[in-house]
Parts: sequence; structure tokens; C-alpha cells
Amino acid sequence: MATRPTFSEEVANLMHSSHGNPLNTCIQCGTCSGTCPVAEFMDHTPRCLIGLINANQKEDVLDSNTYWFCASCFHCTVRCPSEIDISGLMYSLKRYSIWKHHYSDDAIGPVFSETFVKSILRSGRSYEPVLAPSYIFSYGVREFLNEAHTATNLMLKGRIPVIPPKLKRIENFKKMADRIIPMGGAK
Amino acid sequence: MSTYSYFPGCSLEKMALSYHQSAMQTTNAVGVEMKEIEDWNCCGATTYFHVDELLAYTLVARNLAMAEKAGHDLVAPCSACYKNTYFTSKYLKEDKDLSDHINYALEQDNLKYSGSIEVKHLMEVFVNDVGLEEIKERTTKPLAGLRVAPYYGCQIVRPKKDHEDVENPRFFEELVSSIGADPVDFAYRLRCCGGSLIITSREAALTLVRNLLQNAVDSDADVIATACPLCQTNLEVYQMQVNQEFDTNFSIPIMYFTQLMGIAMGLPKKKLGIGSEFISTDKILTYAKEPA
Repeated sequence: MATRPTFSEEVANLMHSSHGNPLNTCIQCGTCSGTCPVAEFMDHTPRCLIGLINANQKEDVLDSNTYWFCASCFHCTVRCPSEIDISGLMYSLKRYSIWKHHYSDDAIGPVFSETFVKSILRSGRSYEPVLAPSYIFSYGVREFLNEAHTATNLMLKGRIPVIPPKLKRIENFKKMADRIIPMGGAK
Repeated sequence: MSTYSYFPGCSLEKMALSYHQSAMQTTNAVGVEMKEIEDWNCCGATTYFHVDELLAYTLVARNLAMAEKAGHDLVAPCSACYKNTYFTSKYLKEDKDLSDHINYALEQDNLKYSGSIEVKHLMEVFVNDVGLEEIKERTTKPLAGLRVAPYYGCQIVRPKKDHEDVENPRFFEELVSSIGADPVDFAYRLRCCGGSLIITSREAALTLVRNLLQNAVDSDADVIATACPLCQTNLEVYQMQVNQEFDTNFSIPIMYFTQLMGIAMGLPKKKLGIGSEFISTDKILTYAKEPA
């Protein structure tokens, strides 16, 4: 009888770049958690998250904030004795959770990532000011004022662009993206 | 004169304009030509790969194809641009299906990437291609006595590309020595600056920045040298917020390695973008002296 892939098998095969990630070889040594600079902010350490994946605890994994805290420093990846690309795994989980639209409400990451991608597809280059609305409303008053102060200083030093950059061949660029994710010419 | 296809990346247009300016000045001073890729696009940073892997490779491949068309190896001064471009090129060379699919998309911009070029970080060009001896020779005002914390950060060394030492690289220290300065023993030199967490998880990022600044100060560094615009921004622009958050009193300049090279080569500070920083570099400039 046919069997469906388990959650751990599914996650292990979410990465094109490594042609699969050998999650089932994890020996739970904890080198990743000991190396991770932001482990103290995560609800589950990377070691624990891989344990949960291998135990097919899908809900716990997707609800976790762990993968949204990964800043892609790849320190765990280069140290894993089982050669699991752990930073790559975190990318996979981010994509998976965005596809499923399943993530914790207080995660800023998904909205920020989507805003960033939309802005790149529109103009071809990144433009910091359009990204602000994706996170600024989550701030308290003090953070907001700090941010406004920082932005003002950057502006005074000429480090924030006034006019959004745009590619010359932006139409070709959009048609190119359309061949990867067909939008039927929709803008 | 050796020539490269130069991919500055979005940050170097404004936020890190001083990195761009000092990169142009110093490469020119050592006889290397950087030809900017015309109409280059964003590499996707870390965020694009959060949403769609294939589309992320496609965007990067467009820059690779334009660099290849110009007939030169691609050079990126930003560590994230470098890492994304390096690995995309590698995957496209290894996987014909992926390469065919992406080239089908690139047709829309009359481009094709066949995988005939190499991808390098700007620092690699100086250390490996130009060579430290040459840099030493061009150093007219060695920065004797200046204590520099060589901050590698992440993506210039990780993930592992091929032969480099990911646990104990020395090339940044050697570069600092070649311009007459003293590289300090900076234990956190390979630690993360927080990257885009500065936007999505402010508390975590500020903690990482605080730890890095503290470690550099504990190593008696006069300046932290960086090779990445995001590292520079997090460590410098957010230093004030760190001081507010943790009741600290940091005031350590964060300079691009190319700015330090530039002052050691006697180039005018304005042309190196010095003056756009938040933390004064005046003291650093006084170290540049012609040898007695």
C-alpha cells in the first residue's frame, strides 16, 4: 500500500540546492545549538527543532519561532558532524511556513520577506524606505522614536536614497520572473 | 591591467556608498579595473531565499550572465551578494536541468549563463590576485601602531566554498598587517552581526552587536574593519541604540577595509567616503604617516 511521506521526509527534501538535507542522520550532539549566536532567543534550540522534525511534530515545528530567528550565519552548517545544512533547513522551513501560511502571529519575518520580494520584483533593486511599513507598526513608542532618529541621521549623512532605484530593462526583468512563476502578464 | 565585472549590490548605492567609493579608489591604485555590470539587479539578500529558491537563483543568474557576457570574473564587495552569487554559479554549473530552466527565463532579457566565470569577494581580489606584497609596496603611509579588529562576519567565509579555512582564516589579519597596522586578537571576528534581524528581531540583533563591540573594546582595538555593508551598518549605525538599550558607552569607529587601505596608500579621505560615518574616524586618520 502506498504511504505518504512523513513530515520529516518532506522537510528533508525541501531544498533544491543540496538535493535533500540528511536530517535523519542527526545524532543530537547539540553542536548547532552551542554554536548558534541567537539560540537564547529561540523557543526551541536548533538541535531540539531537528529532533521535533524527526519525530514528525509538525505543528510544534511550524509554530516555533526558531527558524525566523536564524540570520543565515551558517556557523552551525560548517560545524555539523553529520553534514546537515542547518541554515539551509531554516530557509526551507521559512518557505514551507510561507506556502502554508502557517506561522506565529508575532513573527515579523514572513511579512518582511514578502514585502522585500514584491519590491524587488517591481523595481529590480532594494529600496530601504518601502520596507519600513512591514515592521515599524510592530514597534512600541520608544523603538519607533529610536528608529525615526536613526533614519534622520542616515538621511543627514546622505545614506538613504531619495528616489527609488529602478532597472532600465525592468520589463524584461519582469518577463523573466514570469517564466519561473507564471503570472499570465498580471502586474 | 586585470579587469573584473563589478557587482556593487543595492547597499553600496547609498547606505554603504563609502565602501563603493573606497573600493573604486583602492582597486584603481593597485592597477585593477572594476567595470560595473550594467543594469545589475538585487541578489535577493537573505530574504529572497525565504520565499522562492528558484526565482532567487534566476535573479542572481541575470547578473552572472551579464558579467560573463563582458568576459570577466564577477567581483562582489558585499558578503551576502558574494555568497548568493558564488553558490548560484556553482549550482548552475553542476545541474543541467536547473541551468536549462533558468536560461529559459534569461532569454527574456536576451541573456544566457554558461558558467565560464568565477565569483570572487573583493577582499579575495586584493589578497589572492593582487597579492599582499604589491599592497605593501603601494602603502606609502603605513598605519603603524593602529590596532585593527579584523571583522570577517559570516558569509565571506561561510558556508564553506572549497579550500578555505572556515574555523581559523588568517587572510584579513594578513591584509591588515600589509598596510602596516596591527591586527588584534579578536575572538568574535567570525561571529554574526545579526544581519536582517536588526529589522525582524531588534532585541536579538542589538545583543549580538553589543557582544561584538564589547569584545573588540576588550581586545583594545582602535577600529573595527569590515568587509560587508550590513556588518558596517549594524555595528555603526545601531551603536547608539546599543548604548541606550544596554547602558553602555561604546564609541568605536567601524570602517571598511578598503578605507583603511586607502588612507595607508595616501589617497584623499574624501574620495574614500570618509565623512559619512556616525562615529568620528579623525583619530584613525592621524596614524597614516610617512615612515621616518
